[in-house]
Amino acid sequence: MTLTIDHFYILVGLLLAAVALMNLVDRSNPRRVTTALFWGLYAVLYLAGERIAPAWIGALMIAMAIIAGFGGVRAGTPTALPDASRRAAAARLGNRLFIPALLLPLVTVIGAVGLKNVQIGALPLLDPAHLTLVSLGCGALVALAAACWLTRASPLQGVREARRLIDAMGWAVVLPHVLAVLGLLFSEAGVGKAVAHLTTAYIGLDMRFVAVAVYCLGMALFTIVMGNGFAAFPVMAGGVGIPVLVGVFGANPALMAAIGMFSAYCGTLMTPMAANFNIVPAALLDLPDKNAVIRAQIPTALPLLAANILLLYFLMNL
Amino acid sequence: MDSSVNLWPLLGVAVVVAGFLLRANPVLVAVAACGVTGAAAAMPFIALLESLGNAFVNTRNLPLILLLPVAAIGLLERFGLRDRAQAAISRVRSATAGRLLIVYLFARETTAAMGLTSLGGHPTMVRPLVAPMAEAAAEAQYGPLPDRLRYRIRAMAAATDNVGLFFGEDIFVAFGAIVLMHTILQAEGIEVDPLHIALWGIPTAISAFVIHAWNLRRLDAQLRREMTAGAGAAQVAQKDVA
Repeated sequence: MTLTIDHFYILVGLLLAAVALMNLVDRSNPRRVTTALFWGLYAVLYLAGERIAPAWIGALMIAMAIIAGFGGVRAGTPTALPDASRRAAAARLGNRLFIPALLLPLVTVIGAVGLKNVQIGALPLLDPAHLTLVSLGCGALVALAAACWLTRASPLQGVREARRLIDAMGWAVVLPHVLAVLGLLFSEAGVGKAVAHLTTAYIGLDMRFVAVAVYCLGMALFTIVMGNGFAAFPVMAGGVGIPVLVGVFGANPALMAAIGMFSAYCGTLMTPMAANFNIVPAALLDLPDKNAVIRAQIPTALPLLAANILLLYFLMNL
Repeated sequence: MDSSVNLWPLLGVAVVVAGFLLRANPVLVAVAACGVTGAAAAMPFIALLESLGNAFVNTRNLPLILLLPVAAIGLLERFGLRDRAQAAISRVRSATAGRLLIVYLFARETTAAMGLTSLGGHPTMVRPLVAPMAEAAAEAQYGPLPDRLRYRIRAMAAATDNVGLFFGEDIFVAFGAIVLMHTILQAEGIEVDPLHIALWGIPTAISAFVIHAWNLRRLDAQLRREMTAGAGAAQVAQKDVA
């Protein structure tokens, strides 16, 4: 039997259903019904998404956005241990508390690197198409088991704590997902072509430095709009990199590609569209300013973008 | 001039920019932008719904990285993981928030460059360990911090994870981005060794480390300046604690 990503979709679907139920019966949540509806709809997507007509899933996504947009997703008051007993537990368990926390990435890496080609019979042990995520899922389960064993807590308490963290993040959990949908729709509707047209059609590319700068800045700008460097690369490399930098100025294609992708990553550091890297951490770390992580990254992203332009300009003919 | 390019779908981008500037709920902004983009590209309503639905199902793997670890991490937090991480770091006398994050940046970037990208991450490393440790290092030096500086340290911890990941993973030869670049160059009739693409990423990877490490030094300088500026800073700190 192969452990596939579908198994973890079911698991996450059950977790989201539990989050919905726990919110529904929690009178400390001021919007318990709409909050439960929001997580319940998301659970449906994971439990039965591939068996429902796509148009209904589209409607489900719109319903979730409307609930979130009008403040329908709120958190209950979590029942944490009192400060004193938490500190006592930390003192009693000591550094053993780190063991499950480190098991999680460790098992993930072992799965993703070590068990890559392991087969049982003719079937691979772990889904090769989603190797990292399946390994992460195994790591999470091993870490949960170790944490339960260490703290003598029940797995149900683990689900309650998961609900606390998911509640704290709120709608930010689904933002990367919805933005990925928007990114796919952007490419389908030709937004990429339009942006490339605007960046390349009105600027003379017959000067080497201008061409290099347009290529790198275009990558970053395009990524800021689309939220993803992988969407920017084919367009800017096809529009400027290959025909102008390689074709006219004889740039080294490997260098042109590498620095182009890194310029796109500078854009990723500066855009709320890359929500899983920039907005979700702000929610995870309880930051009141949802753009705080982007603000912290701009002083690195802009000088690095300038460095990329200079590196490409001076190294392109090596 | 190429007149066959349809510029109307850019209205979707305008909706996103306007929505973020007006600080509307980002989920609602994204879905509104989907509607505007679809309309501008003259997609029929049902086709648009189907397209959204298919994309929503096909990208279900994205939130897993966030949702799978929360049960284990939440349970460990309940029993004091963050307190323990803070206690461990506050015993290291030479630790500062900036230095600790520089060490993490180095570790994150080099392990990502070896393909071990899942060793870090916001839910698994930054929230339970890195951010609390950076805060504790600053508190061990200066005492209780005002919220503004506490939030700034946390934001820098998240930023450090991102910078290390982005500019490390791209010099790992089996990484998806390298495969994508190689495929696209091949489609245009240009043959390059994927290893060369990875190697030419190294100058930028080093620049990223130097620039971000310098920004982390500036974080330490900011903490020193604001926390030792005299009675003013101390009063602010007292008020924030109370």
